[in-house]
Amino acid sequence: MSRAALLVLADGRFPAGGHAHSGGAEAAVKAGRVTGGASLESFCRGRLHTTGRVSAALAAAAVLGVDPAELDAAADARTPSPALRVAARKLGRQLMRAARATWPSEELDALAREFPKGAHQPVVLGLAARAAGLGALDAAYCAAYESVSGPASATVRLLSLDPFDATGALARLAPELDRVADQAVEAARMVVDEGVDALPAASAPLLEISAEVHAAWPVRLFAS
Amino acid sequence: MTAAGTGVRATARMLARDDGRGGTSLPVLEGDGPLALRRTRGSGSEAHVMLVGAMSGPLGGDHFTVEAGVETGARLRVGSAAATIALPGQAKGESRYDVRLTVADGGELRWLPEQLISAHGSDLYVTTRADLGATARLVLREEQVLGRAGEEPGRLGSRLVVRIAGRTVLDQELSCGPGAPGGWDGPAVLAGHRAVGQVVIVRPEFADQPVTARVLGEGAAIMPLAGPTALVTAVAPNALKLRRILDEALTTLG
Repeated sequence: MSRAALLVLADGRFPAGGHAHSGGAEAAVKAGRVTGGASLESFCRGRLHTTGRVSAALAAAAVLGVDPAELDAAADARTPSPALRVAARKLGRQLMRAARATWPSEELDALAREFPKGAHQPVVLGLAARAAGLGALDAAYCAAYESVSGPASATVRLLSLDPFDATGALARLAPELDRVADQAVEAARMVVDEGVDALPAASAPLLEISAEVHAAWPVRLFAS
Repeated sequence: MTAAGTGVRATARMLARDDGRGGTSLPVLEGDGPLALRRTRGSGSEAHVMLVGAMSGPLGGDHFTVEAGVETGARLRVGSAAATIALPGQAKGESRYDVRLTVADGGELRWLPEQLISAHGSDLYVTTRADLGATARLVLREEQVLGRAGEEPGRLGSRLVVRIAGRTVLDQELSCGPGAPGGWDGPAVLAGHRAVGQVVIVRPEFADQPVTARVLGEGAAIMPLAGPTALVTAVAPNALKLRRILDEALTTLG
């Protein structure tokens, strides 16, 4: 395994389209629920332990070779908001393009053929990590970190928040990120033996509801 | 019912069957200890059952199970006489409340219990699993209230899984209260709301004509799932407002 490949995949500049999404931060800012560094940290913490936990386990399970179509269906069942399902598939399609160009792989090609409109992003992320020679824990870290880094950088733009405050919030989440990534790999190993029902299903009601509120706006800065 | 030091274990069962005369019979209606079942006056072909709490609880260490089956062509509505209050008990540890629902093809279940209230110091994990045939119909309401008036909640975990013809269309877990993973009360999850609820509506006709996603104010949305199912998710400051939103959503869906 190449540790440098992990840096390439996790780099915010990896051309996978993530910068166009706020992970729910835009809706939370508009609703007045995120107003500065402290509320951003609380938002990210909540997202990490719900969406982040599920995404990390999906990505880790994909690395371990679990059927991506089954993981995709499990992601659907864990994403009630149609706006979030659309966003996840759009991000999956964009990541697929970048990953196939970067780490050509028969498995990525097969997934792209099976899901021409895009599979859920964490599933593609897992297969991309696998193609890059990375392990399940690497993919789990990538997914968990993305679940908080996206909202943090979006909030810097939305609130003109001091970037040091946003980065400080991410750094304070690091120990919890470690735990979420470890637990995601444990869950993924159970999925190998027991099937996708063993995936975590942690949900955040306001992320789902706000995604629908956000999707109905006529003008938005971020796609989700 | 058994009460062996660690808490009460009780299982209540009911089964609804098409009686062949345009009505629904209940060949199984078995309460157990704290879970009493009463048949009440039905309407049309639908049988009505009321779940009556005969003891307080669940308390720490208790494990309650309710199983309801609806056979082909039968129609059942289940309500409860009062809210369920999770309380701390003398026995240490988590209490569990499991609901197992099965609805065969052409059967219909309306599962509309009162709220679950998580009292300070309690520790409860609730699972609700509904397994439906391809042409089964379901309305399932779940409401959770974090703390009685002005009270901090206990620990409350819940998982709701809906399967149609063996395929999982909804799998959601929520953890709240002291000891839950961080951020549960923050701006991404509940943001200080003390009542959270869902209504699941499964109708075979949603396969061809899914509901349109719709927002009901800032705290609720009607969402089509990836399957013949609509989900209403809502957060509210209290139980009364939550019920009002969920009732409004049900009216909207007709």
